[in-house]
Amino acid sequence: MNYIVPVIIVSFTLWGLIKKVPVFETFCKGAVSGLKTVVDIAPTLIGLIAAVTMLRSSGAIDFLTNLISPLAEKIGFPAEIIPVALLRPVSGGGSTALIIDIFERFSPDSFAGKIVSVMAGSTETTFYAITLYYSSVGVKKIRHTLVAGLAADLTAVIFSVLTVRLFLT
Amino acid sequence: MLNYIWVFMLVFALISAILTGNSQALSASVLEGASEAVTLLISIAGILCFWSGIMEIAKESGVTKAMAKLFAPILSKLFKNVPKNSSAFEYISLNISANLLGLGNAATPLGLSAMKELKALNHNKPQASDDMLLFVVLNTASIQLIPTTLCAYRQSYGSSAPFEIIPAVWLTSVIALLVGVTVAKTLSAGSRKHL
Repeated sequence: MNYIVPVIIVSFTLWGLIKKVPVFETFCKGAVSGLKTVVDIAPTLIGLIAAVTMLRSSGAIDFLTNLISPLAEKIGFPAEIIPVALLRPVSGGGSTALIIDIFERFSPDSFAGKIVSVMAGSTETTFYAITLYYSSVGVKKIRHTLVAGLAADLTAVIFSVLTVRLFLT
Repeated sequence: MLNYIWVFMLVFALISAILTGNSQALSASVLEGASEAVTLLISIAGILCFWSGIMEIAKESGVTKAMAKLFAPILSKLFKNVPKNSSAFEYISLNISANLLGLGNAATPLGLSAMKELKALNHNKPQASDDMLLFVVLNTASIQLIPTTLCAYRQSYGSSAPFEIIPAVWLTSVIALLVGVTVAKTLSAGSRKHL
């Protein structure tokens, strides 16, 4: 498993060399676009992490978690992951800020930390994708797109708990 | 949407602080949160740049196109009304491959072109066709092979194995995608019966 990332890196660069791509120049060109991504996500992340930190220090997150935990424990979910699951389809930045809060308090290797990692890796911001793609072509009647998208999201939430239980604990 | 969520978070924080008497901690946390975000951004910048560089090599050496060819048989079964040699089909398969490689910046314009072509195939009706619907559902699911940003966040918060979640991510994504496609296809078939 530890080999996935290095193997991808080596095979892509080797393949590039075989295809006579100037690999290092191309790498540098791509790295600049990575820097641009960091700048692009900066304002969102600063605004939302500040808001989540305020929620935590004010006691609001503890209050919500306590409210949810009896119900969440009944179905075997840690209560901390519920706010992430609810916010994930609506706001990518908001859910990221909540995930970072969980990483900071419990560590990324905790049960809740692993679950929210799998959840974030296996879902997208459903509402954003729907709005972006349909509005670009001016289609207003989206029929059952949202139902199908949210069904996939719900499945991802359930399976992120299951896979972490089965394989990562 | 985010406008309301953000303001709600701030108002909710203020009200809770007043109720619990945590007002001192609340004002300190504004500074903490903002500077923590910047620290985080700096710590993930390295891996994000490195990975973007590797993916640029993949794009330039034709990996995206090769993957698009690999997925063509599956995609042509899913998008039955899209002719296999049409530009709509080409955009769809390139969009899916770019998403798999995590090339978000490349995937979005390809996806938008695919939607335009799909709309034309649907005689520019104001309603989503079954194929448009399925394509959007594929884009609301995450099919990225390596969730780099996420792994970078994990690493910067001290994970001992930032990438260990990847197989679980793959399994979960595939099942979620199957459910999304099945729901889309089933409801599409159901709605055709009513017409």
